[in-house]
Amino acid sequence: MSIFVNSDTKVIVQGMTGRAGTFYTDQGMRYGGNYVGGVRPGKGGRRHLDLPLFDTVQDAMARTGADASLVIVPAPFAGEAMVEAIQAGIGTLVCVTERVPQHDMARVKAALRQSNTMLIGPNSQGILSPGQCKIGVMPTVDARPGNIGIASRSASLTSEILAQCSRAGLGQSTTVGVGGDTLHGVGFVECLKRFKDDPDTEAVVLIGEIGGTEEEEAAAYILDSGFSKPVVALVVGRHAPQGRRMGHAGTVSALGLGSAAEKIDLLRRAGVAIADTADDVVQALAGFQKAA
Amino acid sequence: MFLSEHQSKELLAQYDVPVPSGRLARSSEEAEARCAEISARKYVVKAQITAGGRGLAGGVKFAATPSAVAEEARKMLGSNLVTAQTSRSGEQVDAVSVEEALELEDNVFIAFVLDPSSGQVMLLGSAEGGVEFEQRSRMDPSTVKSLLLGPDSPETRAELTTFLSSIGILRDGPLDILFAARQAFVDNDMVLLEMNPFARTSAGNWVAVDAKITLDGSAMFRHPEFESLADKQGLSATEMEAQKNDINLVRMEGNIGVVVNGAGLGLATNDMVYDAGGTPANFMDIRTTATSFDIAKGVSLLLDQPKARVILLNVHGGGMTACDTVAEGISFAYSRSDRKLPVVARLAGQNAEWGIRILRDRKIPVEVFDTMSGAVSRAVELAS
Repeated sequence: MSIFVNSDTKVIVQGMTGRAGTFYTDQGMRYGGNYVGGVRPGKGGRRHLDLPLFDTVQDAMARTGADASLVIVPAPFAGEAMVEAIQAGIGTLVCVTERVPQHDMARVKAALRQSNTMLIGPNSQGILSPGQCKIGVMPTVDARPGNIGIASRSASLTSEILAQCSRAGLGQSTTVGVGGDTLHGVGFVECLKRFKDDPDTEAVVLIGEIGGTEEEEAAAYILDSGFSKPVVALVVGRHAPQGRRMGHAGTVSALGLGSAAEKIDLLRRAGVAIADTADDVVQALAGFQKAA
Repeated sequence: MFLSEHQSKELLAQYDVPVPSGRLARSSEEAEARCAEISARKYVVKAQITAGGRGLAGGVKFAATPSAVAEEARKMLGSNLVTAQTSRSGEQVDAVSVEEALELEDNVFIAFVLDPSSGQVMLLGSAEGGVEFEQRSRMDPSTVKSLLLGPDSPETRAELTTFLSSIGILRDGPLDILFAARQAFVDNDMVLLEMNPFARTSAGNWVAVDAKITLDGSAMFRHPEFESLADKQGLSATEMEAQKNDINLVRMEGNIGVVVNGAGLGLATNDMVYDAGGTPANFMDIRTTATSFDIAKGVSLLLDQPKARVILLNVHGGGMTACDTVAEGISFAYSRSDRKLPVVARLAGQNAEWGIRILRDRKIPVEVFDTMSGAVSRAVELAS
């Protein structure tokens, strides 16, 4: 099992004909993902990578039965593409595009409120269920199927932790990149809820960093819900220069741009095992295995 | 993208948000001359930098006469103002704003942001504005109230009135001004609009005495009108050069040049360097769209830093930025520089072995490690 996606997930790609779209669709297909088509306005009816192209998401969903979409279009058009997919009723939406304007994300969030779509991203590496489905831009060479669930705010660091886990014989159920932007779709809490109900996930790794409120919300959820599976957290940026250009203290406190120390403290108090550095995650996970 | 106070106020004035009458000056003589253009009994001289926290750092001074204005301007201009929000070297003051000093009665803090969870426009307010607020709110965030504020309508007016009373504004609330500010926030792709203090003068008029705006750099493609502001961002020449090459680079104080792909891995690497007793010369994040030429440029910028004694290369290759791309970039940079700093490399992920082979083939003075901590300890050793 896995969360959000599995081997049955039918994937379309918005922006499939671009350079990056072509590259990552091809990689996703080679990995064994069930890619069924692409969306490119004005190119409906043609084929690309031997898959049918459609003018709209609605059209693509009706003709292919797709339930997930990967948005890989340039930033000025990404907001619009996400809104289109949400309004068409897509189940899982993954956006890897970087630098989507925040006010465009405000419109995306408004569309999400009236839908059942789960948005992953933007500025996300995507979602990977090893051996089942890859929707995103992450490398897969080191991924192995298994029982560790990973939710992360950082792409390269996820790849690093995942590789270390695999080397230690700890495969992964699903890795979710919640994205590096302030305004994004699903967060740590939604991932934790899914991991809790996923029989194949035995332990969860959260990869956080300074800024935002993901870690604080995760800590509160773990504490309040009596989360039963072991959680290991790595929060990076302990030594990042603080307060630099982050706005007024009033804004900072309201937006909760918390320091790594504050986040680590809250997570620890919620019973989460803290990995001090990226090289300590596997050991923390192994600690749980011994205890079990 | 940060606007200076003067730029922020000019933008707000276009939306009929009242601001004090003020003039920009680039010399003390000009500052003195500008006083004649402002009808004021007393003046205030304000350093125009993009970072906040000026008041506590001596960047805001009151002056009774035009000659006192000239004296304050002379002290500020050309100096490096170090505030809680700048880097340790501060930001150079190239201009000051000379404004009418107002008699203020009510003082509040007002800000607009996008609420991260809902994406809606959020108004922040606190009963106590001004300079000291900075320290107070850091201790007690509960003094800051928030309201998700929709566009102007009878309902949102009622909500705003209730909100204002919660921060002590019980009568004649500046509703029109706040809706105008909200419009400016949305129209211009702002991610932060602060008015602190937002104040009522003894004459009963609400004025944005200070204003600070951050624009969304990702939205600048639809705002060519702000293009000319892009050069004055309080960034060093090095940092700006890096940005042009798809590399986020922040200069730091230490002697270990750090080359990393991805912000998270960059933060993780710097944490490990500090833990091992070293200090990074920089923070680096090679963006996924960077080519080997971009990376070469970023590495050259590090080789040009006299303090740097070693390059720590920590890359987890993935997708389109595979390890060989980074190795090519390093090799280009070294082929163009006389400074052959030792490289401590840890490459993993896509094409890691290929990347190492490139570094060795090009005769880069490289030591290769399997783990991040191994590479970090060696780099710290070489730097000390």
